[in-house]
Amino acid sequence: MNVPADLKYTSSHEWVKMEGDIATIGITDHAQSELGDIVYVDLPEVGRAVKAGDTFGSIESVKTVSDVYAPVSGEVVEVNGMLGAQSEVVNTDPYGKGYLVKIKVNGAADGLLDAAAYTASIS
Amino acid sequence: MKGQAVRSVPLPKLIFEKSRKGRVGCNVPVADTPEVDLKAALGQVREELHLPEVSELEVLRHFTILSHVNYGIETGFYPLGSCTMKYNPKINERTAALPGFSMLHPMQPASMIPGAMEILLGVQDMLKEITGFDYITLQPVAGAHGEMTCLMLIRAYHESRGEGKQRHTILVPDSAHGTNPASAARCGYDVKSIPTDADGNTDLKALEAALDDSIAGLMLTNPSTLGLFEPNITKICEMVHKAGGMVFCDGANMNAMVGTTRPGDHGFDCMHLNLHKTFSTPHGGGGPGCGAIGIKSHLEPFLPVPIVQRVDGKPSLDWHRPHSIGRVSPYYGQFLMEVRAYTYLRAYGKEKMHEISHYAVLNANYIKARLKDVLPAAYDRPCMHECVLTAEKYKKQHGVRALDISKRLIDYGFHPPTNYFPLIVPEAMMIEPTETECKETLDAFCDAMIEICTEAVNDPDLLHNAPTSQIVGRLDETKAVKELDVRWRTKREGVKV
Repeated sequence: MNVPADLKYTSSHEWVKMEGDIATIGITDHAQSELGDIVYVDLPEVGRAVKAGDTFGSIESVKTVSDVYAPVSGEVVEVNGMLGAQSEVVNTDPYGKGYLVKIKVNGAADGLLDAAAYTASIS
Repeated sequence: MKGQAVRSVPLPKLIFEKSRKGRVGCNVPVADTPEVDLKAALGQVREELHLPEVSELEVLRHFTILSHVNYGIETGFYPLGSCTMKYNPKINERTAALPGFSMLHPMQPASMIPGAMEILLGVQDMLKEITGFDYITLQPVAGAHGEMTCLMLIRAYHESRGEGKQRHTILVPDSAHGTNPASAARCGYDVKSIPTDADGNTDLKALEAALDDSIAGLMLTNPSTLGLFEPNITKICEMVHKAGGMVFCDGANMNAMVGTTRPGDHGFDCMHLNLHKTFSTPHGGGGPGCGAIGIKSHLEPFLPVPIVQRVDGKPSLDWHRPHSIGRVSPYYGQFLMEVRAYTYLRAYGKEKMHEISHYAVLNANYIKARLKDVLPAAYDRPCMHECVLTAEKYKKQHGVRALDISKRLIDYGFHPPTNYFPLIVPEAMMIEPTETECKETLDAFCDAMIEICTEAVNDPDLLHNAPTSQIVGRLDETKAVKELDVRWRTKREGVKV
């Protein structure tokens, strides 16, 4: 299972990439593999305030609908518009084109796992 | 049977495709009355209806062939976990078809239909005794409808105490049926998930931490969706009550408890029942369903109207309920389902009622034990009416998923079990045999599962490509969701034919 070393993770299988105060967020390779073929991604509107630990969207696969939880608190500044028509990129490129949202982080991003800790949690 | 066609029926055509212009289904004698110009009489007449034009024999063959490609409890074993696909005894249909029931008009006043009222009262009384609740209403017309009605009663209860706004959160275990959080959200509640501990029970520490004065209630399935009886149930109810919340029992798994133990005695405030699961009324298309609910007396003022009651020995309806949440369904629920449930309950009789749960639990444990070497249980302890197994090792070692095993099972002539539920079990296979299956059927099913697991190791593609014995092969579920196309269009509309 692919767990890039330069990202941070949550135990609920989201990944976070910090660049300045902007966090890019997606779901992990393990999460997409467990979900199976993703058919619909429900994302928040730009401008919405989110709190770490709260759900900000959902992902529907042929198996189930799963909530996605915000790893950090802040304001949604960008959502991945590509997922409306091509939700399958979450399966094919979860750490790249298949990202979900970008959040302008408000405060510290605490309690995230590093790659080693996340790998341990899923093995 | 392996890999061979169970049935050799070609993919049936749609009845629209069999249509030929001018072909008629029945002969109508030449009219001996003057012909009426419909257009003149009605003002406007549709020129074409695009109904299929077929002969009576073709119609008969069409639907007979369709019935051959159907699979139901009357054609084979249907171990769909969480659904209690038990046999629906034919005597239920006989009584429901009696003209005294089937020819009733729902607007007939209660005083005109004392027999029907006795049925409603009889079902209420028997369900009260079986569940241990003080009141039953038969109005909700589906399981989730029963859940929602209970939540509305819980809300009305908190509102009556001035705590309606403050108590805005419903707790739901992470193993819950998806309808639980959905019903709570539909009722306007915030939903908070409670994890399951390492033994498969509700995590009491997490529950304790979640309980405060914002909690309206807890929705708990018992036995849980893992097929496990919650050993801390009385303690859980006490904890939630201490925090001022109510506890709802999702009764989808009541088949494990009928005649043996009663949710009303465990401390629950309310529960729903699926008459179409536990009490042998038909499912789905053969339904409709009935999501009867049971409640304790503190929720009674809020019950939906009308209440079916007995006053001075005579059945009547009580509409004068100032604190009622109102109506939740037309008339009194699905009346003919109550007739079927009544028949089932009376045919079993109080003395033998426990055999339902005893055999349901025995059968599930038998399957769990026979499959333990190939498909281990997610939590290894005695199960209730269903067992939840995991196919994780086949996924890791051979790239074969629970879905592939299920699809292969179709080639062996069995309906697949529930897959991928509960969500907390990887590659879950949830098997519920019910009490109505004999040992020979359970053995045939277990033999097939064991053989399929051997195939998974030796020839994984056999499973990846299954089923191969049916009129269609593996369906593309992703495409079906993304490009939903369920409507046949006529030639005039420019598509198909």
